[in-house]
Amino acid sequence: MAQGNGDGRARDAAEAVARQSYGKLVAFLAARTRDVAAAEDALSEAFAAALAEWPVKGCPQNPEAWLMTVARRRLIDGARHVRVHESASDDLRLIAESLDAIPDGSAMPDQRLALLFACAHPAIDAGVRAPLMLQVVLGLDAKAIASAFLSSPDAMAKRLVRAKQKIREAGIPFRIPEREELPARIDSVLDAIYAAFAEGWTDPAGTDAARRDLAEEALFLARLAAELLPGEAEALGLLALVLYAESRRRARRDASGEFVPLDAQDPLAWDIAMIEEAETLLRRACALGTIGRYQLEAAVQSAHVARCRSGQADWPAVVALYDALFALTRSPVVAINRALAIGETLGTEAALAALPDADERLGRYQPYWAARAALLARSGAVAQAREAYEFAIGLERDDAIRRFLQQRQSAL
Amino acid sequence: MQYLFLLYANEGGWQQLTEAQKQQGMAAYTAYTQALKKEGVLVGSNRLQPIAAATTVHVADGKSQVLDGPYADTKEQLGGYYLVDVPDLDAALAWAARCPGASHGTIEVRPVWPTQNA
Repeated sequence: MAQGNGDGRARDAAEAVARQSYGKLVAFLAARTRDVAAAEDALSEAFAAALAEWPVKGCPQNPEAWLMTVARRRLIDGARHVRVHESASDDLRLIAESLDAIPDGSAMPDQRLALLFACAHPAIDAGVRAPLMLQVVLGLDAKAIASAFLSSPDAMAKRLVRAKQKIREAGIPFRIPEREELPARIDSVLDAIYAAFAEGWTDPAGTDAARRDLAEEALFLARLAAELLPGEAEALGLLALVLYAESRRRARRDASGEFVPLDAQDPLAWDIAMIEEAETLLRRACALGTIGRYQLEAAVQSAHVARCRSGQADWPAVVALYDALFALTRSPVVAINRALAIGETLGTEAALAALPDADERLGRYQPYWAARAALLARSGAVAQAREAYEFAIGLERDDAIRRFLQQRQSAL
Repeated sequence: MQYLFLLYANEGGWQQLTEAQKQQGMAAYTAYTQALKKEGVLVGSNRLQPIAAATTVHVADGKSQVLDGPYADTKEQLGGYYLVDVPDLDAALAWAARCPGASHGTIEVRPVWPTQNA
């Protein structure tokens, strides 16, 4: 199909509004009825109408309001036709009420925070919270989300539909939780955002477009959470952590596509602007005076950055950060990193002693065996180190990292 | 929205309580029920007889099968319910957590299917 200039401009305008406004529009349209799926359907029809109309009539003055008006009309039409057995009239009343609440010409209220809290509600299965946020706040389709989460599009679509049904049918509210439950609820929101980022981050080469995009979308969500919760130290800590990781994305591969571990990375290949933003955020978070998991992890990243830039390592400080992190989370992954840091302060034997035993979960975790192998190699236990590398290689998905581990193994 | 709290607990536990403990337990439920009433959220509530008193009925091919005992033989049994009317799930969960049954058993919170005249 030939595409004129008007088409292109309309598409660009629609895409720009989509990114900034999708979650706002869903939150607004679904806040009273809690019917996220209906809001999304209405919104997608509104976007389709925009692509048809804007090239002809020009982009409206306020694209967000235009989309909202069209989506609202579709929503009301939809509520008239479906759900005969349910209280469709109630829905109509709720939609009309919520939409009338906005005076003409004023900005649409931003209820995305309430939407984030609904997506990460404890009544929603923890595994689907991150996909749900990506879909309803950012408008990603099930196919894109599925490929990043290594799931089939069908299965992912079903899980998302179920989660939205749960929000509607169980009456999960769109609101900011009360003070006493707020800290735990904020943690669930941040954990889901971090899970989305971690999924995107596991493709170090950035060759898998779906996963690279996912890391960027998760960064957008982390920014949104920090912007909407400016007084929450952990929200700032999470954004800092994500920025530190993202700043090193390119440095994780050399020119020939081989894996480069942190110690061997060229600090000049890091994104300086991201690192500075992360450092500023971390200072702001610390000033708020409530410590938490994400600030501690970001502080570890900050220490690594300082070490690689200056060549001056402050390992006792890193061990202290991991001690605090482990006391807080009891996470076996933290225990592994803590053991590696102890290797730099107290020596290899102490590090091996600090390494947790391989239980069922850790036994399947590649970084556990890689850490164990590196420590064993340093202690001179060559045969054991070779065996540990063998496990690590067998568990790795990424080709470049597999080659890196094989090189380490054959260098023994 | 209306929510049904289904109170599951091990029936045997009640028998093992001393008389004083039983009275204390009853008093806790009474206080909880009063609190629900005072807030105007209570629609209905009942304690059920033990599963020894349960009978199940199932009709297949026009013939009814009647069996002695509960529908499912589980470690914890349905011992009672509260039906409440609150704005949303968060409010329902907050009330369910206050129920004494949440401490000595488990409460399933189920939204009631909405009807036209609800």
